[in-house]
Parts: sequence; C-alpha cells; structure tokens
Amino acid sequence: MDYIPNTEGDKEKMLQEMGVSSLESFLEDIPKTLRDITLKLPDGLSEPQVVKSLKHLSEKNTNTDQCLSFVGAGAYEHFIPSLVDHLSSRSEFYTCYTPYQPEVSQGTLQAIYEFQTLMCELTGMDVANASLYDGSTAFAEAALLSIRLKDKNKVVCSRAIHPEYRHVLRTYVKGLHTEIVEVDAPEGITGIHQLEKSIDSNTAAVLIQNPNFFGCVEDMEIISQIAHRHDALFIACVNPLSLAVLKPPGEYDADIAIGEAQMLGNYLNYGGPYLGFFTVKKDLLRKMPGRIAGETVDHRGRRCFVLTLQAREQHIRREKATSNICTNQALLALRTCIYLCTLGKKGLAELAMLNIQKSHYAYEKLCTLDIVEPAFIQPFFHEFVLKSKDILPIRKINEYLLKKGILGGFELAEFYPDLANSMLLCVTETKTKESIDRLIAALTNL
Amino acid sequence: MYQNEPLIFEKSSPGRRCFIPPACDVPEKPITNLLPQKMLRKREIKLPEVSEIDVVRHFTRLSQKNFCVDTNFYPLGSCTMKYNPKINEDAARLEGFTKLHPYQPVEQCQGILELLYTLEQMLVTISGMKAFTLQPAAGAHGELTGMMIIRAYLDKQGEKRHKIIIPDSAHGTNPASAALCGYEVESIRSNPAGLIDVNKLKTAFDRNTAALMITNPNTLGLFEKDILEICKIAHDAGGLVYCDGANMNALLGITRPGDMGIDILHLNLHKTFSTPHGGGGPGAGPIGVTEKLKPFLPVPRIETGKKSTTEGVRQDTSVAGQGQKYYFLNYQHPDSIGRVRAFYGHIGIMIRTYTYLLSLGKEGICKVGKFSILNANYLRHKLIKYYDIPYGKTCMHEFVISAKKQRQQGASALDIAKRLLDYGFHAPTIYFPLIVEEALMIEPTETESLETLDAFADAMVQIATDIEQKPESVRNAPKTTPVGRPDEVKAAREPTLKWEH
Repeated sequence: MDYIPNTEGDKEKMLQEMGVSSLESFLEDIPKTLRDITLKLPDGLSEPQVVKSLKHLSEKNTNTDQCLSFVGAGAYEHFIPSLVDHLSSRSEFYTCYTPYQPEVSQGTLQAIYEFQTLMCELTGMDVANASLYDGSTAFAEAALLSIRLKDKNKVVCSRAIHPEYRHVLRTYVKGLHTEIVEVDAPEGITGIHQLEKSIDSNTAAVLIQNPNFFGCVEDMEIISQIAHRHDALFIACVNPLSLAVLKPPGEYDADIAIGEAQMLGNYLNYGGPYLGFFTVKKDLLRKMPGRIAGETVDHRGRRCFVLTLQAREQHIRREKATSNICTNQALLALRTCIYLCTLGKKGLAELAMLNIQKSHYAYEKLCTLDIVEPAFIQPFFHEFVLKSKDILPIRKINEYLLKKGILGGFELAEFYPDLANSMLLCVTETKTKESIDRLIAALTNL
Repeated sequence: MYQNEPLIFEKSSPGRRCFIPPACDVPEKPITNLLPQKMLRKREIKLPEVSEIDVVRHFTRLSQKNFCVDTNFYPLGSCTMKYNPKINEDAARLEGFTKLHPYQPVEQCQGILELLYTLEQMLVTISGMKAFTLQPAAGAHGELTGMMIIRAYLDKQGEKRHKIIIPDSAHGTNPASAALCGYEVESIRSNPAGLIDVNKLKTAFDRNTAALMITNPNTLGLFEKDILEICKIAHDAGGLVYCDGANMNALLGITRPGDMGIDILHLNLHKTFSTPHGGGGPGAGPIGVTEKLKPFLPVPRIETGKKSTTEGVRQDTSVAGQGQKYYFLNYQHPDSIGRVRAFYGHIGIMIRTYTYLLSLGKEGICKVGKFSILNANYLRHKLIKYYDIPYGKTCMHEFVISAKKQRQQGASALDIAKRLLDYGFHAPTIYFPLIVEEALMIEPTETESLETLDAFADAMVQIATDIEQKPESVRNAPKTTPVGRPDEVKAAREPTLKWEH
C-alpha cells in the first residue's frame, strides 16, 4: 500500500501532456552514479498484516495497566478522560499544519490561545507560549534566555532538579562558555546556604524544580528572594498539576516558569511526545522562544486569532532569533487544553488533592515497615524517596516486587551515587486503596 | 457555519461539571496537616466550569474552522503535506505503546525497543547514512543536535572552527540552529541558476569553517547537481557537510544523501514519512551520520545483542533467556554529545513512521520520490504560461513561482494565497525562499491525484486571469472563510495573549 492515487495510466497521460517521454528526464541533474541504488527493505504488507505485526510488537511490552506501577520521576500515569482522545483525534486538528494561514486555522489558533490562558492561570505568570518540545528542553531554553538577557555566563541550579533535565542543559551550553554550578540537596531540598554562596555577580539565573525530583516541596519564596537580591533571574520548573494546590510561580515572583505538562492529558508513550510549557513575566515577553498566539480583529472587526510577535522567530530573524524552534507540540497542547476544560475548576483541585491524599496514605503505611524508611522528612506532593534499612538492597526489593507484578519505585543509584539503596515512589489517583495495600502487603511479607 | 465560537472561558457557568474524579478511598486528612500553609496556593484557579456537551461542542466547532489534509489540498512548499494514513494512528494508539513508562525495566519494553531499533536500520538503508538516532524532537532540534556533533567531532580532532556556511536559500532554522550552538553564520549567495556557487564556496570554505549546511533538493526545488564536488570542497578543507532533509521526499527511493558525501542528515518524519503535522507538532527529526561521527551521537543509543549497565534503568537480568535477541539502552559512549532531551524521543511519531514503512515496503518507497516529482512537474507545466517561474527548466518535488507580474497588475503573492482559500485550497508557502520576489512555493506531494492537481491549476489560472482584469477581487480575498484577513499589526502592537476576565 503506497497511498499514491495516480496509476501508471495517469502517469503516462501526465507525461504526454508535458511532452516528456519518461519520468527519468526530471532526474537528469542527479549524477548517474548516485542513482544506482537497491534498497534492502522488506516487501510492503497488506493492512491486516500490518495490524498483526504492530499488535505483536505492542504486546511484547508490559503496559502500566498490566502491572501495578509506582514509577514517576518526570513521567506520570494519570487517567485520561475519553473526551481528550475523541476531540483531539478529529483530523481537522491533527492533519493540519502550523496556523500560518489564520483565516483557515482559527480552530488551532483559538485552542492555542486558550492553552496559553490556562497555563497562565495555573502558573500565575503573565504570558505563555504555544509550547516547546518537553520539560527538559524548556528548562534548557529558560537558562539560555537568562544568559542572553543578563549577558552573564553562569547559572546556578539545584541537584534536586531532574537529572536528565540537567544533562540536557549541559549538552545545550557546551561551546557557549557557560558555567553550571550545582547545589546539593542533602535533606531532600536545595541547601539554602550553599545556594547563596554559589551565586555571584556573574550569575544569570537560579533554577529550581518544585516539587523537586525527590518529590519534596522547596521553599520557593526564600530562594526567589535570594536570586533577586543578586540580580539573577529566578526560574521555576514546576509540575502544573501540583499548582492546583501548591503556591504557583506567580505568587513567589518567579521570572520564568517552565516545565513538563505530559501529566495533563497526555499518555506516557515511553517518554514522548511530551509537552514543554514556557511562561514568563510580561517584561520578558519579547525574549521568549517559540510561537505565540494573540487576539486581534479581522477587517470587519470580528475577533480572531493569529500567530504574533514573530519577529522573535527563526523564519524572520534567522541567526538572530530567540531560539531555533519551529515545529512544536501543538497537538499535545490541544490535548492539555481539552483535559483542563474537562476537569474544570473543581475537578483539577479535587484531582490534585486525591494525589496528595493517596501518596500520603501510601507514605505513612510504608514508613511503618521494617525494611524501608523515608530518606527525607519534607513536605511532598505525590512522590517521595524511601531507602532500604540494609536488610535487603533496593534492587532486590524491586526484583521481588516485579515478580509480584508490581513496579516499585525508580532507583536513584545511577543518578545519585550518594542515594544508592533509595527509590523514588509516585502515587497518583490511578492507585486505589486496594492497590496501595497490595504494595504494602507484598513488602510486609518479604 | 460557526463564525463566532466564544472562548471556553466565556461559556463558563458556576457549578457546571464535566469529568468528576473518583471519590477518595483512603482516609482523608486536612490539607494543612500534610503541607504547610505557606506553601499552598492563595489565588483561586479560574478554570472554566462547563458541562461535557459544552466541551464537546466547543472543540468540535473549533475543529470545523480548520483546513486540513483530510479536507483540503495543501500544496505547502517544503512542508510535504502528504496524506496521513489512518492505520498509523491506530498503531500509535495501541495500549502496549501509549501506556509504557520510560523508566520501566527494558525487559518490559522489548517490543518498542525492537521497533525503534528496526526503524533506525530502515532509515539507514533509505538514506545511505551509517547510523541514526531517533531522539531529536523536530527538524530544528535535529539541526541543533547535528551542529553539536560537528563541534564534538572537530574538538576531538583538536580543531577549533567557528563558522558554518549556509546558502541564502536555506530555511530560517538552519542559521538559527547554528547560532544556538555558538557558531557564526556566513550566508553565501546562490548563483544565477539558483544553485550553490561552487567557486564562491571554494573561497568561503576555509580552515575556520566547521561545516556547510545545505538542503538538497534546495528550497527552489532544484537538485544540487554539483553535490559531489560540493562535498569534496568541504571535506578537502577538513570540514563537514550537514544536509537539511526537509526535502527528502523528492529523493526517496531514487538516490541517497549518504552516497553523496553528506556527513549528517536530519529527516522530518512529519514530512517525508507521513506522520501528521498536528497543527504545528509534534514532529520528529532523527539524524543520520557517517561511521566516523557515530561515537558522537546523543545517548542513550538503542542497541542489541549484549547487556550493559544503564543509567537509571533497571534490568532484570534473569528474564531474558540465553541466546535471545535482546534490546537495551546504552549510555556508555564517552564521546557522545550527551542528552539532547529527556527520555528517548517522540516514540508516538516513530510508531507511525514504522507502520508507514511496513505498509509501503521496498516497492512503495521507490515510488514516492518519482510520483512526487511527477506531480510537481505536472503542476509546474500547467502554471508556467500564467506565472513567472524564475529558476530551472524542470523541478524535483516542488517549485517556486514568482508573482512579480501579478504584483505589477495589482495583486501580490499574499493576495493569491488568500484567494486560493476561497477555492478550497490551502495556500502554498509564500515569501520563501527569500531569493525569489513574491514567491509562492508549491509542493503537491505524491498522494494527490491528477484531478486534484487539475482543479488546483484551474484555480490558479482563474486567479491569474482575474488579476489581469479585476485585481481588487483577489485583493479582497478571502470571502468565504470563518474570518477575513486579521489585523496582524494590531496583534503585534497591542499584544493580547490570554483571556482576561
């Protein structure tokens, strides 16, 4: 199946109309030596064969419905209401291009505008863009913005930020003569004294994740004050679901608030595509990377939406653009928009509360066990770190749980050698009391 | 139809509910027992309060205001708006893929890893490159990753080079990606035929030049016929050649960038490989490299056959049987540029691409390039009597017309684009490439029929005739769309970027 409607007969007709004897005549600019290829590829399959093959591959995986998973660590399992799939699967949304022709793209544009409004509402920030690739690249882009804006070449970030996000930042700034100073979080939250000592007059920004990678809630207000005292930007990397309960970046004077919004209506998808969001204070608007939708009127005065402030972008500014980003995550932003409207004001608050209640229930029960204990005593949202009490290594505990069909916490050893024998557990609303009790029972009987 | 769909916030009415989360089944505690008061949100979140039918009608009505490939011909140059097969969507939505956590043990993810590994191999075969990474999130992200690889490679050779050469016909992402990686950009002017000026390139490509970034076929839809010499110039000067694969559709099954001497190539899976554009994304921009650049690819690499320690990923070594083919994520590549994103890439897009390649097979893939070229030349032939086509005698998968003549008669490229919307056709890419005055860049793709091409050509001819006789009828377009031309100046001067109550 090749999805090509024109037949050999059509081809002949077209060539004849052009007065050309063979299609090869259009290929004359390609050196002959380059045209002699044979592709070692399999023959095409019929649709039933394709379906069978893909089903077979998908069934070789164990999905999170087939095991009881307590893994989070930057990718979160939440229930997705049916509306999200149904509405985002309309091909008017998924088979259209970037809305460069606003007259025939009002659907996409209005949805982006609504998404921007929702992200501002959640974060308490002034403006949001239309999305970036994921949380990690939004994190790196935020750091780059601060470096450009402040014309300083150092950023200070907490070691309690997602290790992969920090790794991406390191990759992005290689060659830009930027120094990244990492501050420890010995008690689960960023050490304030070390942080303050690390900031100097050459620091462009302080970057903190909240809740941080360990699930702990940071004292964002204090850190924001410290950053601003040193004339550095304060960049908050936040879980947007937590903001239904936790203090949003706008309330502690963050300059930039970014993060991952996969958890708002998008599947785990083995790590992608996800949804990076990027919000800033008003005065940083023109420094922001990515597309932005804005409201205007048409020639008859009717409200409509367009992509605006494009003078920041690569297709206008080329090497002087605020970022190289072009294609973004529009369809996932649409899903998040639908998700947030579906949950609504009350639903989102209830959902966040459910996550808090369930994770705290699990935490308290787990803390009564003989084999594990909490690694940190800090307020948390829906994730927490447990360490093994040296009876059994965490790896062994997880292997045992796996045999029982339970995916235990994310092991921290590889990212944090100092936290070897610890794991990060996540409990979302998808876990019933019964399933949490199943985890407890398995560990009790170990 | 739905000329004015209010914002969802304007439909909000206190107390309306849609989805209701399940009741709490664990003993509840007051929030202040669990989290300190000072860490809690003060300001109420003003999300809309709407019912299920409100949400459904709202987004359905919004969708109906869009043109899309499923409803309209979309001859958007360099965007390859081909048909997006439905079976690809079904495949990507299988629960064995969507409900897979990136940190599950690799034993539980053998199916997806096998798919990704096989897809990398297929892209290697199709492109002639030696190895692929699927991680870059989009074309521009692939470009950035490519620039980082170039720098890492040259660093390893002990060479400090600062410059990237880019033709003036290139996409804006090219110079932006090079600059984001810390390179200086030198633009070189195309020759009168619209191709890279080989002599200028020879002079410009000095010992300070890290790489040449090209697009082939270029944005005029012309194949760089001196490609072998171009690559040689760069290589002889100790530099590399990066190829923007945005226009790969033309070459599919005909020729391979890897054989031309290209060192790094990105592919836009959302263009050449039929995955949907999603209203602006997600796409994917995997990159392929030559053997010598392989060690620099981002981690993790998907590998097979042997076991290794992995970063943060659990492995239950007891599960995989002996001698069984086993896929895993390898982080042990000391020369790698590092991570370019969290996790492993746009997996959902990879599944669609893999499905597409399974359906097409060898024979299908070999037809894509040829039929896309056939369609483009056919349209070009039908329009050449009415519009100026400044470059080339034939074209590859796309061509660029200039509305210079029409502009003198009173209607611009923009006007023509807008008038096409009234005929039910999406507009071509306009005012790009920058080297063509009043440019309209047309790419029909291979998935359009002769009849569709004829209808589009008829509309274009009618518009050209109208411009000669009554240009105002074109200047006033569009008339049939949900809204007319927006006031873009107002949007930029008084930015309103969110709804305020």
